[in-house]
Amino acid sequence: MRFDPVIKNFDYFLWGAFPEGPLGGLAMTILLAAVSIFLAFWVGLVFGLMRNSKNRIVRYVAMVYIEVVRGTPLLLLIFWFYFLAPVIVGYSVPELQTTVVALVVFTGAYIAEIVRAGILALPKGQMEAARGSGLSHIQAMRFVILPQSLRNMIPSFVNQFVSLTKDTSLASTIGVLELTRCAEQVSNRTLTAPMEIYLTILVMYFLICYVLTSYSRKLEKQLSRYQARDR
Amino acid sequence: MAMIEVSKLHKWYGDFHVLQGISEKVEKGEVLVICGPSGSGKSTFIRCINRLEEYQKGTILFDGKDIHDKSVNINNLRAEIGIVFQQFNLYPHLTVLKNVTLAPIKVKGVDKDEAEKVALSLLERVGIHDQAHKYPAELSGGQQQRVAIARSLAMKPKVMLFDEPTSALDPEMINEVLNVMKDLAREGMTMLCVTHEMGFAREVADRVIFMDGGAVVEQAPPDEFFKNPKHERTKAFLKEIL
Repeated sequence: MRFDPVIKNFDYFLWGAFPEGPLGGLAMTILLAAVSIFLAFWVGLVFGLMRNSKNRIVRYVAMVYIEVVRGTPLLLLIFWFYFLAPVIVGYSVPELQTTVVALVVFTGAYIAEIVRAGILALPKGQMEAARGSGLSHIQAMRFVILPQSLRNMIPSFVNQFVSLTKDTSLASTIGVLELTRCAEQVSNRTLTAPMEIYLTILVMYFLICYVLTSYSRKLEKQLSRYQARDR
Repeated sequence: MAMIEVSKLHKWYGDFHVLQGISEKVEKGEVLVICGPSGSGKSTFIRCINRLEEYQKGTILFDGKDIHDKSVNINNLRAEIGIVFQQFNLYPHLTVLKNVTLAPIKVKGVDKDEAEKVALSLLERVGIHDQAHKYPAELSGGQQQRVAIARSLAMKPKVMLFDEPTSALDPEMINEVLNVMKDLAREGMTMLCVTHEMGFAREVADRVIFMDGGAVVEQAPPDEFFKNPKHERTKAFLKEIL
């Protein structure tokens, strides 16, 4: 094993050429993942609620979005936005933004399905009790349904967020300087240690995902006090 | 003017005709017990009154006003009609106190301190003020149902609907809930109770109605209802449950 190219370029793997040059590497991967996770959660929540709406048109819009995205490979979605975005907005859109949009649109659809199922899984009596006491539909969702169902959805969310974190590697195909792209660059430059380089970034990906899943286990435990007995 | 006036109420679930023309008047302060075999439409009937169930034909007047009138705000209507369910339906993620204060704060805009004061006094009235900071899962079934009653009362409703409030309880917990309901009845609350607790009916009901097949088969004051049931189906039913 020849790890000296890895050691020599380790800071490049961590944050690219930053601060002299642009941010890259693991830092860029984490940034990309964090921003996309945050946005995908809200997009997914909105479409998940729309998917359960009584209004047929609203429900239909959400359904089409979810079905179309679920039937499309993420890589194609990234390419598609990459070539389409400049046509729509009339100027070139940086790869980073393109990737975020693609990841959010993609993951949002899956989150929407989780939200829909999570809401349906709550006993019907919860909504009835809330509406029966005079709360509006929105208030019932906000104070009774979502606080319970979102907690139940945490494991599924984390699953999706871990996927998203790993999917950021696809951004390398359109030239975003995230971890995979940086590794490719170093590997192409040195030519001598592709296995060692890719093994290193594999461990890095594993570590972020592991941190994510362990944190979610802790969160779940903290939030489940009310379920301690009887459920 | 009657508190609730139902006339010719019909409801279908698809092809199934659950309510077949029910007409009923409930006066202010009246306690009405509704009994009947399962599937007779009694729960569906009382759930129509606060529009948790929609119906296709007929009218329901609450306090003289059609509950389907355009000027009636559904949330305000429901705020005036308390409902207690068979499965309690407490909010498991909120403490007992917050279960009781949620609707007064959010629907009526009562401020938090005032809402808590009222909630604690109601919890005291149903005998569980010392559990106010526990979560529902930490209480027994009977206690949970009493919290549910307090939660409904917190909205100061004009009418209380009870949908088989003791059916999901262990036998030794039934009385603690019935006692709370009896107190309410004696204090003059207008109540519609779907229940098979005939002791409760005898003691506090003004009228008992017997439903079967989506219609009211027979109705009478409790003494007469239990002593001289007129209809064959009523007799058969009473024989089963007494």
